[in-house]
Amino acid sequence: MKKFWALFFFFWPTVAIYACLIAPSRGWWFPGPPMSRTGVQIDGLFYLILIIVTITFVGTQYALGYVLWKGATKEPGSKAVFSHGSHKLEIMWTIVPSFVLVFISLSQLDVLAEIRVISSFPKDAGKPATKVAEVMARQFEWRIRYPKPGTELTTEPSPEDLYYVNELHVPTGKPVVINLRTQDVQHAFFAPQLRVKQDAVPGLVIPVWFDIKEVGEYDLVCAELCGWGHFKMKARIVAQSQGSVDKYLKQLEAEQNEDGTKAESAEE
Amino acid sequence: MATVTPALDAHGHADDHSHGHAHQQSFISKYVFSQDHKIIGIQFLCTTLLMLMVGGALALAVRWQLAFPWQNMPVIGQLFGLFQTEGGQISPEFYTMLFTMHASVMIFLVIIPILAGAFGNFLIPLQIGCDDMAFPILNMLSYWFMWPAMVCFACSFFWAGGTAGPGNGWTSYPLLSDLPQAAPGSGAPQTFWLFGLTLIGVSSMMGSVNYLTTIINMRAPGMTLFRMPLTIWSMFITAILQAFALPVLTAAGFMLVFDRLGTIFPTTIHSVFFIPANIIVNNAEPTVGGGQPLLWQHLFWFYSHPAVYIMLLPAMGMVSDMLSCMCRKPVFGYKPMVYSLAAIAGLGFIVWGHHMFTSGMNPALGMTFMTSTMMIALPSAIKTFNWIGTMWGGNLKFNAVLLNCAGFVAMFIVGGLSGIFMAAVPVDIYFHDTYFIVAHFHYVLFGSTLFGVFGAIQFWFPKMFGREMNDTVQKWHFVLSFIGFNGTFFPMHLLGIAGMPRRYADPYLHGYLSHLLDMNRFMTVSAIIMGLAQFLLLGNFFYSMFRGKKVGRNPWNANGLEWTAPSPPGHGNFDIAPIVYRGPYEYSSPESDALGQDYILQTVPHVAGIKSVAHH
Repeated sequence: MKKFWALFFFFWPTVAIYACLIAPSRGWWFPGPPMSRTGVQIDGLFYLILIIVTITFVGTQYALGYVLWKGATKEPGSKAVFSHGSHKLEIMWTIVPSFVLVFISLSQLDVLAEIRVISSFPKDAGKPATKVAEVMARQFEWRIRYPKPGTELTTEPSPEDLYYVNELHVPTGKPVVINLRTQDVQHAFFAPQLRVKQDAVPGLVIPVWFDIKEVGEYDLVCAELCGWGHFKMKARIVAQSQGSVDKYLKQLEAEQNEDGTKAESAEE
Repeated sequence: MATVTPALDAHGHADDHSHGHAHQQSFISKYVFSQDHKIIGIQFLCTTLLMLMVGGALALAVRWQLAFPWQNMPVIGQLFGLFQTEGGQISPEFYTMLFTMHASVMIFLVIIPILAGAFGNFLIPLQIGCDDMAFPILNMLSYWFMWPAMVCFACSFFWAGGTAGPGNGWTSYPLLSDLPQAAPGSGAPQTFWLFGLTLIGVSSMMGSVNYLTTIINMRAPGMTLFRMPLTIWSMFITAILQAFALPVLTAAGFMLVFDRLGTIFPTTIHSVFFIPANIIVNNAEPTVGGGQPLLWQHLFWFYSHPAVYIMLLPAMGMVSDMLSCMCRKPVFGYKPMVYSLAAIAGLGFIVWGHHMFTSGMNPALGMTFMTSTMMIALPSAIKTFNWIGTMWGGNLKFNAVLLNCAGFVAMFIVGGLSGIFMAAVPVDIYFHDTYFIVAHFHYVLFGSTLFGVFGAIQFWFPKMFGREMNDTVQKWHFVLSFIGFNGTFFPMHLLGIAGMPRRYADPYLHGYLSHLLDMNRFMTVSAIIMGLAQFLLLGNFFYSMFRGKKVGRNPWNANGLEWTAPSPPGHGNFDIAPIVYRGPYEYSSPESDALGQDYILQTVPHVAGIKSVAHH
């Protein structure tokens, strides 16, 4: 019976590792490869930590199983080892993990600065990241406000801004910035395939940048409890070529300035 | 060697109290409004075990929704008045109440009171060799303050038929929790919840003051700080955490109550601590403003991060005691273990921002919190290695106490390692508010602390009731709980990686998550197994209390002072005031060999002829 218990503690971490190994093929893993530039860095950091953590997990869980096995197969009547510890071991297992933790800390500082610190936002080819839209979260939808094509996004709404709900069109291949706001309670802008997340805080306007590599549609969900409809703030980010985005915005402008008259131009 | 000075008892008499005045106490003053720490400890234990089942039931309802979204719950759906209007279906606002109350009950009415209130109360005077706590009346009040708190939580839960319970998460972030128009549950239920929180905080504060004073002042002669069992060290350090962190939560709670004054009194006057200007919720009037929602997060997490260590450290201390006894070996690295407890607690005060990496706070602040969070992994790792070292080479007793402690270590490894992902800020940007976080904290709070508590219940049961629990039933309880637990929570890591957000009533609405339904069903089945297994514990506990096999003072052959007292100890605890000659972990030492046993109680003087091996 004792051996059964020792083996139990060998068995369960093996099952856990197996579950992690088959997870990607079953879809219990990332929702696709990272589709943004910082997403690639985030996944890289994740896998680095995963390797370190897996080694530690295997080492400690099997050490636990080993000491239990030794205890289970001990000669009956033999004594326990009378030891209060080992100074050398204490030093070793303090220093080694410290180095590992410092290494992980330092590995991530660049990525962190690039994502969060405005002065570190990318300046691709000399052009600062462009502000494409304001995303205003509210219970329970995402309101998008684009500046009129050819103008810059203003912090407060301008008369000629274009509006849409739950669908954000952005150009691929270059960094774009959105101004994240909320009309009522806290929400969070979470694009899982892009690995982007930022809380929307009442009273603040927060710039969020991302650089989407490929054309496609990406999920946008809310990631901060905002009430009973938190789960249903379903939206999408449509990444297209700059030309397609421009066409879309022109179409939006035409629709929103449609006043029933058959004027040749969309301007009133 | 300490000089022998008689200990002062709780009333300041220098005589041994158990032969002192023979008071005739009524049933009410002996068992209900008792001032005896042992009765109070058992009261806490029974109350928290009941609350454990309530919290568990709420969790199972959450799991039902995630496995069978929007379907009528069989049987139970028709039972309660709450469900009848929905026909047994969980509505979205009911779901928000479920996860809010599950967390609130488990954190404030189960884990914190069971560690400090039940075990702290019962064990502290017994393990340090005094006859009761420093402030017995305060102790009695700390238990009885739990009841108004539970009534407040119950009021919030049942308000408006239960469909409008507080649904703002146990984290209660403004503005959702601040503006009554923001959610169905943001009116009176939220206010009741805040009062309940304040009252349970008062109960905790009373307890921590008592524990600190008792441990500092009332140790038996010879019980130096470094001869205290790790249980006492952990209770001591936990009490410091409670005393310094809790006032901040209480203050924050009051600020939120004042912001919401209109839900208590018919008034439009209220503060705006957390309410910025020009916010329009649900077509209400724009707010007047001037406040900062982020302020709540800082204040809340300033308490709640130390709170998670409050919910962990006592279990760590108790597991060290139990492992040492069940392996018949001293604790490996006693002093490093003490210093690690202190380091975890100290660092625990400067890591709260790691709950706020995506909150919009200053990123430079984020970097400092990242550093301190990485550092706090270190003492936890040291403790894990020392537990494994304690078991290495030991003469292991494979009972359920050992199994629960080994389970503690195994689960703590998982919980600790998953924390490293979240300490790295860019990775946390992805994982924040996903199921990865849920996996992490359930591994440390349930997998570690609660399994440690299961072991502690069985280990100290003989001392509490003079009888032993059935070990076979406990082993079944362990296996079923362990398998059920891992089946429920390990996949949550994978769900988090898949990007499944927390607190979602229906994640399958979103294309990238719809394939996760089968996994969630598997997890719900595991959770049901785990929930049912708890009846084994409860049945064993209550049955053995009356019909368990009777045992003597020291059924485990353990070293602590509590095992020199009768089982259960009478009023005053010890036959004579104990005098301590050695540390608590002298198992299998040359001195014990000379006595023909593998343990040696702390009260046994130096054995003649054996070279002294005392280290402290």
